[in-house]
Amino acid sequence: MHSSGEAPAVIVSSAVRKFADTPGGLLPLLHEIQAGLGFIPSDSVVTIASGMGLSRAEVHGVISFYHDFRDKPGGQKTIHVCRAEACQAVGSRQLEAHVKTRLGVDYGETTVDGRFTLEPVYCLGNCACGPSVRIADDVFARVDADRFDELLGDI
Amino acid sequence: MVKIYIPADTTACALGADKVAAEVALQAQKRGLDVELKRNGSRGAFWLEPLLEIESGEDRFAFGPVYPGDVAGLLDAGLHESSEHPLFLGRVTDIEWLSRQDRLTFSRAGVIDPLSLDEYRREGGYEGLDKALAMTAGEIVEAVTDSGLRGRGGAAFPTGIKWRTVLNTPSDQKYVTANADEGDSGTFADRLLMEADPFQLIEGMTICALAVDATQGYIYLRSEYPKALQVLNQAIAIAEAANLLGSDICGSGRDFHLQIRVGAGAYICGEETSMLESLEGKRGLVRFKPPLPAIEGLFGEPTVVNNVLTLAAVSTVLAKGAAYYQDYGSGRSRGTLSVQLSGNIRRGGLVEIPFGASLRELVEDFGGGTASGRPVRAIQVGGPLGAYLPESQWDTPLDYEAFTDVGAMLGHGGVVVFDDNVDMLEQARFAMEFCAVESCGKCTPCRIGSVRGVELIDKIGKNDGRSANLELLEALCETMDVGSLCAMGGLTPMPVRSALKHFPGDFERGTGNGIER
Repeated sequence: MHSSGEAPAVIVSSAVRKFADTPGGLLPLLHEIQAGLGFIPSDSVVTIASGMGLSRAEVHGVISFYHDFRDKPGGQKTIHVCRAEACQAVGSRQLEAHVKTRLGVDYGETTVDGRFTLEPVYCLGNCACGPSVRIADDVFARVDADRFDELLGDI
Repeated sequence: MVKIYIPADTTACALGADKVAAEVALQAQKRGLDVELKRNGSRGAFWLEPLLEIESGEDRFAFGPVYPGDVAGLLDAGLHESSEHPLFLGRVTDIEWLSRQDRLTFSRAGVIDPLSLDEYRREGGYEGLDKALAMTAGEIVEAVTDSGLRGRGGAAFPTGIKWRTVLNTPSDQKYVTANADEGDSGTFADRLLMEADPFQLIEGMTICALAVDATQGYIYLRSEYPKALQVLNQAIAIAEAANLLGSDICGSGRDFHLQIRVGAGAYICGEETSMLESLEGKRGLVRFKPPLPAIEGLFGEPTVVNNVLTLAAVSTVLAKGAAYYQDYGSGRSRGTLSVQLSGNIRRGGLVEIPFGASLRELVEDFGGGTASGRPVRAIQVGGPLGAYLPESQWDTPLDYEAFTDVGAMLGHGGVVVFDDNVDMLEQARFAMEFCAVESCGKCTPCRIGSVRGVELIDKIGKNDGRSANLELLEALCETMDVGSLCAMGGLTPMPVRSALKHFPGDFERGTGNGIER
């Protein structure tokens, strides 16, 4: 998901420049790097730390705290399956099992063809019409096993 | 020309609203029909989405739910107010599910173009700010106090008192923050408001800034809401261009700058001090209280932290007066409550009504029972940290104190319905598992207790040392309840204990007495 085509080091250093003076700028900075590269490379931690006046431990601590940030590349698209209660009430446990079998991966893993990374999510705010699935930035409602297969076919 | 409204809301789009809009454009072109397509927010009647509305004179008439395949037929039958099409719902304001609500905060949702300042103003928007600009800070705080408004995020703390503390704490820099990290399962009211009526939140935050002398605000928005982010970004730019945000607001000499910060998938960042840490660019570790954020909050300065709906309600309080708002409600719970009907429910969506109605009325009358058609067995109210209520408690009035009295909580108003297929042992286990996944890790009862909780419930499920482990589980719940730093660890026992207390049969697997699943 390296979308910009620029060298990773350039993306990292320009993001650092952009947010160096922003109060509490580390989160937006990390989002920017991840949007550009698809992940936050471990070797960028030093650059980020020195640019933001933080220790490497502090930067690593933030990256590892938040579920959204990855330190390794993922698939082209991330599929989030909602695991929360409102979706459970309409069959998300069964959907979850189906999705894992269908993609041949568990949560946190990427399909062999590199197309999808599967992640759990705890609520997409679509709770009146679950089970909910998010593929990249699109949310889908009332997803059962058949509907999921249909969605995969449409991508 | 026909004016057609199709919501661009997350749930409407998750059900195909974008495709419906594209199909309307295509089919209209094919037929040489002159249509004006508007993308409004949703009214929150999600069971009717995608809801297609047409404008006729002063009124709007609806069809729904409309799927892409229905569009050609609808156009052939004619989009008009006396349609006999099976999807025709009549005048929108006559749809009982909507007309029976008392919409204060959500009065504009689905009605206006979310990004039209003119339409926002036409429907009463910015009347609150106009009044606030003519008041002193103390007068604004007094109006909010008099309205009886309490925090809608879950803790229900009186808003006026929080604001008074910030106002009275001297500092050169104060902050207003909106907690839009709506992580509770079964809730979507903040999202709906931000997507359908974003200026109301911006107006509420601006009024708050005037009330406490703050010049900088942040909306902490969860990353799971990409559409809300898009809408808010545009709304802020529009408000800035209209001099309703930024320097010298409306020529008043007052400044208020507003920025959005996007979270990164951590549920705990909905806890106010964790949210502040995250806004500071740190790990979302919960802080000890005191000091209260109102005294030492963001970057150590006095900070208002309020939920989206709380800040939005302030616009109504100022526009219509404290007494008007105070007039709704029951007991010490004043105003309206935005209930979110979700889970296994036939007519799910946002129901805004005065405090005091019963849970049963909501789920049966508004919700129409389960989507599966099976009997309701349990209702979880107040998110993943809220209790599971059995039928004997469904007559509890929706009121903060009444819920506390039955060992439950209203929280942010999420109501998740389960039918009789639910396995309450699995639900109790999930509560512990969720806490283990989302704990910030700062305090031991939450970090370790949740992991041990999962293990214990697994053993109970296998009938392994059942009675001893049930005792241990209760002791563990007690430890988490009294020993945790914040509500995450402190309230995780609530769903677990309610499941144990009200659905004991589900914990008797393998004993010959329980329900075998």
